[in-house]
Amino acid sequence: MSVRREALLWGAQRLSAALLALCVVVHLATMIYAAQAGLSAAQILARTRGNVAWLSFYSIFLLAVLVHVPIGLRAVLSEWLGWRGASRDAVLVAFAAALAWLGARAILGVFL
Amino acid sequence: MNPGLRARNHPGYWAFVVHRVSGVLLALYLPAHFWVLGLALREPARLDAFLRWTDQPLVRFGEWGLVLLLAAHFSGGLRLLALEFLPWRDWQKSLAALAAGVALAFALAFALAL
Amino acid sequence: MSTLQVRVWRGGPQGGDFHPYQVPRRASQSVLDVVTHIQRMLDPSLAYRFACRVGMCGSCAMTVNGVARWTCRTHVDKVCADGRLELAPLANLPVIRDLVTDMSEFFDKWTRARGRFQGRRGRHDDFERVAPDSPARKQVDAAIECIGCAVCYSSCDVVAWTPGYLGPAALNRAWTLQRDVRDAAQAERLRAVAGDAGCHACHTQLSCTERCPKRISPTSGIAGLKRDALAAALKGEL
Repeated sequence: MSVRREALLWGAQRLSAALLALCVVVHLATMIYAAQAGLSAAQILARTRGNVAWLSFYSIFLLAVLVHVPIGLRAVLSEWLGWRGASRDAVLVAFAAALAWLGARAILGVFL
Repeated sequence: MNPGLRARNHPGYWAFVVHRVSGVLLALYLPAHFWVLGLALREPARLDAFLRWTDQPLVRFGEWGLVLLLAAHFSGGLRLLALEFLPWRDWQKSLAALAAGVALAFALAFALAL
Repeated sequence: MSTLQVRVWRGGPQGGDFHPYQVPRRASQSVLDVVTHIQRMLDPSLAYRFACRVGMCGSCAMTVNGVARWTCRTHVDKVCADGRLELAPLANLPVIRDLVTDMSEFFDKWTRARGRFQGRRGRHDDFERVAPDSPARKQVDAAIECIGCAVCYSSCDVVAWTPGYLGPAALNRAWTLQRDVRDAAQAERLRAVAGDAGCHACHTQLSCTERCPKRISPTSGIAGLKRDALAAALKGEL
């Protein structure tokens, strides 16, 4: 991969990290609130279904995850498994696609 | 101490290990997490059965572990953003300790809420 | 008088083993004193490097009780509470014999990182002015004292995991040139040090910064290179 692409991947990783920092704070605070209020699954779903604001938030969250996770795993695969090159990147793209599909199903299931 | 560990026994290195291990574990967890939530879409009965399973203490402990992983990766990540983007100062070496503190605070809040 | 139990790695490229020696302990003894005693009094076949013996040249770097150090500047009292010393060659470098490593790859990477100054002016031009208290010069000054001892290179896991990784010393030197107002080769150098054999492979483990005897932080310079690379990539200049 060209150095320009490497630099842009690095930039995308940091940008998605900054975005995820915000999303994770909201997500953790929400989970802590739900646990503290003792909300059941049915009660949570009653609040999330049809909620456009939460739907938008988690869609952005998912997009940031889809950028951040594969780029993060890329370094682990090359350094700890010695896996470099096009095949590694192809597998990571496939993983991202699978995660995107599962994530979209989850968002639809919880927020639609 | 293991000879390989002696040179690596400093905060920056442990911060790296925590950040990488938590990241890998979270990456493995996410597909399962999304799949379970997706059950709400098509198979609500199966979701209910699954959620009853999560009421068990061992699973609750696992949930707390996940919150700890996420909080650790998040605070470690903020530390990295500071190290890479802010002007270099000596206090940046203490960020590892700060990150650990923030992570534990989140985990504690979750544990207390359970 | 007490005695040090010293284990020294003896061997070559095919492998080797730790050999035991007993060395008399003396006041203000440095680890280099210990190695020298072994070679002069106990076993003349021991191979090791040193030169200045006063912390200026970086030749005597080796692994002392698992940690890369300058042996001339390491007091035995500091590293050896229980009277035991373990000496091995620097990690991440091929061994020539005993405590002597082949430093070629370390310096080759310096070249690959274009760690060489390239000026703009000739002998008939006026001097280029460098303001010593400018922010850029201060950044250079914080990193310029490197003597190429390879302690940082030997302490870095990424060097061990990624064979092509240029390493902290080469990248640090490149950084000093990227902030040198006189240098004319900054665009090509940035291209040489970016990428996953370069600055983007650094994961901020900070072992280099922790171990550098000159208190340089290669991590800091590498972070600067990362920022420069992103800016250049976004401008289409990389």
